[in-house]
Amino acid sequence: MTTTRPLLGSPMTRLEGREKVTGTARYAVDYPVDRVAYAWPVPAAVARGEITAVDATAALADPAVLAVLSYENAPRLHDTDDRTLAVLQSPHIAHRGQFAALAVATSLEAARGAAAAIRVAYAPEPHDVILTRDHPGLYKPDEVDEGMPTDREHGDFDTVYARAQVRLDAVYETPPLHNHPLEPHAATAMWDGDDLTVYDSNQGATAVQHVLAELFGLATGKIHVINEHVGGGFGSKGTARPHVVLAAMAARVVRRPVKLALPRNQLAAVTGHRSPTIQRIRIGADTEGHVQALAHEVTTQISALDGFVEPAAVVSRVMYAAPNSRTTHRVTRLDVPTPSWMRAPGECPGMFALESAMDELAIACGVDPIELRVRNEPTVEPDSGLPFSSRHLVECLREGTRRFGWHDRDPRIAGKHEGRLLIGSGVAASTYPVYVMASHAEAHAGPDGSYEVHVSASDIGTGARTVLTQIAADALGVPLDRVRVRVGSSDLPPASVAGASSGTASWGWPVHKACTELRQRLEALGHSVPEQGLTVAADIAEDLDDREDYARHAFGAQFAEVQVDTVTGETRVRRLLGVFAAGRILNPRTARSQFIGGMTMGLGMALLEGSTMDPAFGDYAERDLASYHVPACADVPEIDVHWIEEEDPQLNPMGSKGIGEIGIVGTAAAIANAVHHATGVRIRALPIHPAVLMPPLAGARQASPS
Amino acid sequence: MRLTFTVNGRQQEADDVWEGESLLYVLRERMGLPGSKNACEQGECGSCTVRLDGVPVCACLVAAGQVQDREVVTVEGLADYARQRAEGGCGTGACGTSLDDAKRWQSKPADGRTGEAGAFPQQLSAIQRAFIDAGAVQCGFCTPGLLVAADELLERNASPSDEDIREALSGNLCRCTGYEKILDAVRLAAARTEEAV
Amino acid sequence: MREFGYQRVFDVPGAVALLGTDPEARFLGGGTNLVDLMKAGVERPALLVDVTELPLGRIEATADGGLRIGATVTNSDLAADPQVRRHYPALAQAVLAGASGQLRNMATIGGNLLQRTRCGYFADLTKPCNKRVPGSGCPAIEGEHHNHAILGASEHCVAVHPSDMGVALTAFDAVVSYETADGPGELPLAEFYLPVGDTPHLETALPSGALITGITLPPNPVAAVSRYRKVRERASYAFAIGSIAAALDVRDGLVREVRLAFGAVASRPWRAREAERLLTGGPASAEAFAAAADAELAAAETLPHNAYKVTLMRNLVVAVLTELTEEATR
Repeated sequence: MTTTRPLLGSPMTRLEGREKVTGTARYAVDYPVDRVAYAWPVPAAVARGEITAVDATAALADPAVLAVLSYENAPRLHDTDDRTLAVLQSPHIAHRGQFAALAVATSLEAARGAAAAIRVAYAPEPHDVILTRDHPGLYKPDEVDEGMPTDREHGDFDTVYARAQVRLDAVYETPPLHNHPLEPHAATAMWDGDDLTVYDSNQGATAVQHVLAELFGLATGKIHVINEHVGGGFGSKGTARPHVVLAAMAARVVRRPVKLALPRNQLAAVTGHRSPTIQRIRIGADTEGHVQALAHEVTTQISALDGFVEPAAVVSRVMYAAPNSRTTHRVTRLDVPTPSWMRAPGECPGMFALESAMDELAIACGVDPIELRVRNEPTVEPDSGLPFSSRHLVECLREGTRRFGWHDRDPRIAGKHEGRLLIGSGVAASTYPVYVMASHAEAHAGPDGSYEVHVSASDIGTGARTVLTQIAADALGVPLDRVRVRVGSSDLPPASVAGASSGTASWGWPVHKACTELRQRLEALGHSVPEQGLTVAADIAEDLDDREDYARHAFGAQFAEVQVDTVTGETRVRRLLGVFAAGRILNPRTARSQFIGGMTMGLGMALLEGSTMDPAFGDYAERDLASYHVPACADVPEIDVHWIEEEDPQLNPMGSKGIGEIGIVGTAAAIANAVHHATGVRIRALPIHPAVLMPPLAGARQASPS
Repeated sequence: MRLTFTVNGRQQEADDVWEGESLLYVLRERMGLPGSKNACEQGECGSCTVRLDGVPVCACLVAAGQVQDREVVTVEGLADYARQRAEGGCGTGACGTSLDDAKRWQSKPADGRTGEAGAFPQQLSAIQRAFIDAGAVQCGFCTPGLLVAADELLERNASPSDEDIREALSGNLCRCTGYEKILDAVRLAAARTEEAV
Repeated sequence: MREFGYQRVFDVPGAVALLGTDPEARFLGGGTNLVDLMKAGVERPALLVDVTELPLGRIEATADGGLRIGATVTNSDLAADPQVRRHYPALAQAVLAGASGQLRNMATIGGNLLQRTRCGYFADLTKPCNKRVPGSGCPAIEGEHHNHAILGASEHCVAVHPSDMGVALTAFDAVVSYETADGPGELPLAEFYLPVGDTPHLETALPSGALITGITLPPNPVAAVSRYRKVRERASYAFAIGSIAAALDVRDGLVREVRLAFGAVASRPWRAREAERLLTGGPASAEAFAAAADAELAAAETLPHNAYKVTLMRNLVVAVLTELTEEATR
């Protein structure tokens, strides 16, 4: 390396920071566009049924209104795998809030007014929207996620569990959760002949380009998707969402550019969310807490339009040595909004259940919860039998123990008071797999000594643009200011989605590869750059195929201290500590924010967030930010984050694991475990609202004279 | 109506404005100042925070008619506003940020060049610099509203306590950062301003 | 949003006269609730009469030692006022506990009194709601109601009033002044909000076309030792799931005077008169506080998901009165 300071691992400040603090960073509906029109969707007002009539007369009476679209007159789309994108194609309504019509007008207020004036008549059909453990529609899906088996069985769970000295059998529930990125799903769509340009808020321009090409029956090269800046996604923008299809459709019909930003209160129904889960965990152990049998059985739901099956039991195939185990997923199809990805899908709800259960087991066995986890540390990945490429969970637990002051903790339950506050602390482990997806990149050397690197990456706030610049400069062996990385457009070399904590690896790898080869070719040329410059393209598909078989995961440990007000049932987190082992940390500044942001969302999951399915209407009762509470400034205490330096040669050329999601995994369990330590009340269904904690606390107060 | 009001220190006019459209819409769609963000449209998230006659408000809940003859400062004008405040006000009436200037700030694709070179003719305000330096920016969507609110806090209270900061920023939701770096940024801006005095 | 007219007014008679010209006109204060409801289509005024420039923006001491608060005083200014903070601390605390800085900067106290419930069914035009469409039904009773009323509700409506400020004002016997085309009038806050009964759409006793001009707080020495405690799911910036405004005068262990009002339990700020009656003259003890709370809450009617509020309010009464007792005897 020719630079004096290592570029990988340096806390470089965010490259687009200036644009973002001056208000000049352009998001999906921020671009100046001539003759723009505005679209406003009409959500269906029944949970299931047929549209029998669409009366747009009143709406179209306003001269500012350009069009009203519904299944009756909307352009036909080609089929894709994702049925949520077949917008306005059929009179059938699969769930409340699905788009029934769309108003397009020359001003936003005219569009909003027109949408309100459209009369849609329905023939409602009976609906079924409530998930239960014994729902008659439960079935075993073919797989839970690509390549993830639905069920796994090792040894003889039933027999060993039945004979175990210590048995735990508990049911944990996580509610529907909504991503709610601050930027709502939004797009500006413009047609030029058969060429479509969309500024779209998404986590993957290449993926959106491909699906739009399919839907409109056009060659991929005709579609240009630009996502230069994206106001968060957390999974909900991981694939094309219906808003971008509507915007493109409307622009085609009115022959003008169209802006469509979904109103916040429509997001819950149409942009995806985390499904509710009901998880039964049974653990059979000896009195020292060695797990002999573990069953993790998940019940969850999808919609009539399919959707993502939350693979919550998969964590129990990874975390602890259990010679006899059973992990299963059952799903039922309900007339509900279609679930999708939300930060750490599977791991996040799964670890709430598993890590709560481990806490209960520790108490049942009288073993310290950290020691319990250490005792059940596996030597290979329990399900696959593969060696771990690296696993430093125990080191994370030990380091956290020291930093948090865990040894000072009095293990007695409900033993610490400060006036009317009860104080407690809890711990939970974190885990998230290491994913890499095939992507392409190009590196170009200019005759003036500058370098351009192109990759259709998406910077949704993670700092991708910044870290890719570090990776490129490092591989090229040049200072950062000689390298310009371009991301955020499907016109760049195709790349994978900003999801599954895979972005840095999936994009950084081809960037590294292209830059390394470019550097070698320049060296071969004696460092004289040809007049037209020199370009190298890279693709990592083969590199991925050539990888050896390892179980690759990041791990961590989270510690929480809470106070519970015995008068009001209010729980507040006083301290959070996360210690993670996630490979090499490429940019400590942006990485720290990713961990803390994830833990904060985990705090929200523990104490605040959760939607209620309305049985009569089939929608979520909490549809805006006034009723769906994401953490505000005052909810978030001192959060401390550390990481274990991990050298793992089995990952990628940078040695990194993904860090975008692991922060949310385990937080809710750590907090719920702390609430139990503080109060003796075990909450197995999130969130821990005062309404939930008040009755058992009141019972405890009456039982014990204070 | 013909709407006349002051935006970032310069008088602006817009014709055929319906009094009922929101100030946020006027700024974003008529003035070409999309820095103020629309994230909830109901005053819940603070992403559209601007100063109206000096006071932070949610632009999504202000009707255009209400801003007639009044003064608005948006994130695009924050740097100028802070500079003039430091210099003791605008004597000539020719201060402020013109719409053209604000639009010229329009980002080039962010590149790998670090340091002061770049698209900005202006010095950033203390709070803007602190947000970058402290790493308080992630996706950036809540950032403009937070900057306006935080700048007003520091104007009122040069050395706010953590409680003051949390209270002042309680109306600005962020889904990315966990707020820690945002608090750091406000503390940093306060400390730097104190040093400079 | 329906197209509507907008006009600023600068004097009270002009405001009242202008409103009288159009039965579908509405006064616009800070707009933090009204504009939101207009976007949702719940409110559809033909004309907005902007009253924020009216000369009603002052807080003044009255001759008898009370306070007169103009209707267009913003929540921020009310909470910051030194007289309010000194003489009615629970009022300042209540206002600061509501909403966010941005919203408090916009919201006016007149508007605050008239804000509508945040019941999700009320704001959703696709669903029935007796408050919005009389006779259409109340889905909250069978549906989402974890933050709905336990006192004074009816089978027609179980929504709660969202105001924090109103709870403190109720405890302190505030009187609302208004102006109509026929002249000025006054309504004690205790009579300002109508019982729910079978007319949940009729919320206040304010005469049609009346403009709230201000609120008068009578002199109230007991209010100087007062407290507002708000319980909410989020640590800040959330509506109450239960709140209490309390003032207490204790001498020699006996309650000389007590004021108690509850928030987030009824369609209006709930003055706990039964509890006050039981407490006055009796011992200032936790047992007495609990007994008084139980008496007040004996009338509570709960639904499956809001029964926790009974315990919550009982706990709050005991805790806050105990704190005030300690404060008074320090």
